[in-house]
Amino acid sequence: MGAKDPLSTEGVSRRRFLGYVVAASTLTVAAPLGEGEAAAAVPSLPGPAEIYDLNDMLTHAALPTANLITIRLDSDGTASFALPRAEVGQGITTSSAMLIAEELDLPLEKIHVTLADARPELLFNQITGGSNTTISTYTPIRVAAAVARGRLLKAAALELGEALGTLTAKAGVIVSTVTGKSLTYGELAAKAASMTTGQVAVTLKEPADFKVIGTARRRIDALEAVTGRKKFAMDVRVPDALPTMVCRPPTINGTVREVANLDAVRAMPGITDIVRVSSGVAVRGRTFGQCIDAVRALEVTWGPGTAEDASDESIRAELRRAELPLPGLDLLTKSVDARFTFHFASNSALETNCAVADVREDSAEIWASLKSPIVAQEEIALRLGLPVSAVKVHVTEGGGSFGRKLFHDAAGEAAEISRAMGKPVRLMWHRTDDFRQGRTHPMSTSRVRATYALGQVLTYDQRHTSVATDFGHGVGEIITAEAARLPVGDLTFSETIFTLTQQTPYRFGVATQLLSETDKRFNTGSMRNIYSPNVRCAQELVVDELAKRMGKDPYQFRRSFLKDERARAVLDKVAEAGEWGRSMPAGTAQGIALHPEYHAYVAVLAEIDCRPETTGREIPDAYTGPRVMKVVCAVDVGLAVNPRGLQAQMMGGIMDGIAITLSSGLHLTDGHFQEGSWDNYFYTRQWNTPPELEIIVMPPTTETPGGAGELAVAGAMAAVACAYGRATGKMPTTFPLNHADPLHFEPLPTSPPIPASPVDGLNRAF
Amino acid sequence: MPEHTFILNGESVTVDIEDDVRLLWVLRDVLGVTGPKYGCGLGVCQACTSHINGKAFNPCSVPVKDLRPTDEVTTIEGLPATVGSELHPMQEAWLEYDVAQCGYCQPGQIMTAVAKVRQAREEGREISEADLDEIRNVCRCGTYHRIREAIVAGAKKY
Repeated sequence: MGAKDPLSTEGVSRRRFLGYVVAASTLTVAAPLGEGEAAAAVPSLPGPAEIYDLNDMLTHAALPTANLITIRLDSDGTASFALPRAEVGQGITTSSAMLIAEELDLPLEKIHVTLADARPELLFNQITGGSNTTISTYTPIRVAAAVARGRLLKAAALELGEALGTLTAKAGVIVSTVTGKSLTYGELAAKAASMTTGQVAVTLKEPADFKVIGTARRRIDALEAVTGRKKFAMDVRVPDALPTMVCRPPTINGTVREVANLDAVRAMPGITDIVRVSSGVAVRGRTFGQCIDAVRALEVTWGPGTAEDASDESIRAELRRAELPLPGLDLLTKSVDARFTFHFASNSALETNCAVADVREDSAEIWASLKSPIVAQEEIALRLGLPVSAVKVHVTEGGGSFGRKLFHDAAGEAAEISRAMGKPVRLMWHRTDDFRQGRTHPMSTSRVRATYALGQVLTYDQRHTSVATDFGHGVGEIITAEAARLPVGDLTFSETIFTLTQQTPYRFGVATQLLSETDKRFNTGSMRNIYSPNVRCAQELVVDELAKRMGKDPYQFRRSFLKDERARAVLDKVAEAGEWGRSMPAGTAQGIALHPEYHAYVAVLAEIDCRPETTGREIPDAYTGPRVMKVVCAVDVGLAVNPRGLQAQMMGGIMDGIAITLSSGLHLTDGHFQEGSWDNYFYTRQWNTPPELEIIVMPPTTETPGGAGELAVAGAMAAVACAYGRATGKMPTTFPLNHADPLHFEPLPTSPPIPASPVDGLNRAF
Repeated sequence: MPEHTFILNGESVTVDIEDDVRLLWVLRDVLGVTGPKYGCGLGVCQACTSHINGKAFNPCSVPVKDLRPTDEVTTIEGLPATVGSELHPMQEAWLEYDVAQCGYCQPGQIMTAVAKVRQAREEGREISEADLDEIRNVCRCGTYHRIREAIVAGAKKY
């Protein structure tokens, strides 16, 4: 947030901040990107000297815009802003444009928001994660926009020769209320520019005066998306960056021992280069189709992987051994005891891991969707032996993330390959590799014990045990990223993340929730909402069980134990709108659950149909199973900047919650995952989408926005699991629910590692 | 190298490329038409869905040699021209319902939607819930509900 003006009086000061006018030929304004507000999602920061030493300070102090975000006004009347975050579908370019539109009094369509290149001077302030973007940028962006507006008004006053107080700004035009004369922002952009950089105090608008913030707006990039013009990493034109793919091992992280036919494969049609790299054998060619053929033709002898022979069963046993003990049980109290298993899941986006790299002798240029671009830049520089300043990292639009893009797996690999080949490369992972060798949400168990007596819950203890989650992306900057990799460092980091995110929103006496992690052999990472969906699902199922044992209705039980009024309000809202308790046929049921996180609350009511006529419904080439027929969701994020965008995030989170509860998991067998396509990994498809879906955005409860990107996943997972438990009369304990079934698909071979594309497309046209 | 000729978005194109290269790569890597996206290369995710002679198909699953010089391939880039306007009504519905999130799957979703509506009409009816349930296109952002709303609304526009 911007520094508060010490001169301002109490009351006004809450909205008074310092921004900057930056020396430039057209009006350019700035605000410091804050430190304080990111605290919730940026736990356990190392001391300042560890992350930012004197040398850095001297270097960056010389930059006029160090640690600032800037907005530029141009003579065509538009404002431009490079957002130091990754847009991967969340809608943050739109909400950021809305913040500018509000304080600048400029129509939304005149604001261009692009994604900033990696800016190492921003340190940990260029990470997109923890649902933190809007929380951390809400004030700085508005401060910069308000500085611009003030500067334009002053320029207009000079130009028109009128008193500042007689001028009003509206829709990009400044009008004199006395003479009626007007000037557009475009006409004023150069005149309002400054020769020098200086501080300016501004007062932000009162929430009561908001005309843009809090109103439902459509995405600013929607037209690009529906016309196919939106450019993702693989659509960026970089001269000579030919398609490149890697032949990967049959087991997780296996290594190349020997390649028998390098020369023969190099001679295949279209193939230009082939090199051994740390992750496998890279091929470059005229088309990706020819790369696929080459990968399939390679005869490689592979060394063992990091998890050779591991299976779901062996990991489950390992998790059991690593579980932290529960406190002793008082024999006089009754208890609910349960242990839940959550299998490996994939955070693979529809856009597979991919990046363009052009590595030269003394420089490198990277194009990729990156949520932690500074870490990518610094690690790639280290790997290539180049100074950080010689590595340019461009953040492209991302085709989904779900945690994947916190890492730069493809960008690092592309840099290595480009250096080895001495040519630019357009590296893309095959879908099958993306599931089998890509990062996963680690398998975990949750052991829960709750004791109760005389209508009260006395204790609640939860021991979550998980295969280690890789937080190697740190908090956006290499030194914290390295700290997360130290043997002790990342244990603290994981435990800190767990502790700062997991809550028990109910008055359950003495409540403890602890994390224990084990086994670092897998490629893991945060999947949307990290630990919360599993931890929350386990807790809400136990809540249902407690209610049942104590003879209470699940909704009323929750209501009476909730700590927070905002939580109770969203719960009441879904109970009312979703007609909680309505009579339903046997084999169908409602489930209700609540989730607090990111200074926000969500409640979800789900109705599920587990009757044979539904679970056995026939849809061509589809995995069906139980169907969630209706979801009602109420969300309170404090202040919703864009309620329409918030609804979209809730819908997406609900589809994720449905999938991880019912159908989407990975099967680990003999050191590799069986799933290799979207017809194996059953993410929600149209046939499993709830026909009825209602998202209710609560009126503002605070003056600042909370986080929204991940919030709904945990609430939806828990509500669907509770509904399933109530429909079948048995509390589910293994997720996804279909995991123990015989495989619903024929696994693709592991050698060759990727399948050939079909040839019967014309026969399947419709 | 063999030559292959077909009509792409209204214009005849000829490419020099091996027979078995799938059309998706001819479009993206050779011709620079990037609206159709790669999501699996297995005919599963439907992100590359385009039209051939008005029918929806997956270019990732068609060797270029299977195309005839008279075959009309339409990608998302060429969809508006099929109705002679700046945007196809289905694209307008997509905007109205603010369907897209990351947008990666949406060109394929729209091309499927247009074909589904046409297919239902050829059977003498409007698109139904059962038709919507059959759509295979993956949207990993989970925009399915808005896709359903937009298809039903879009179909009423033409």
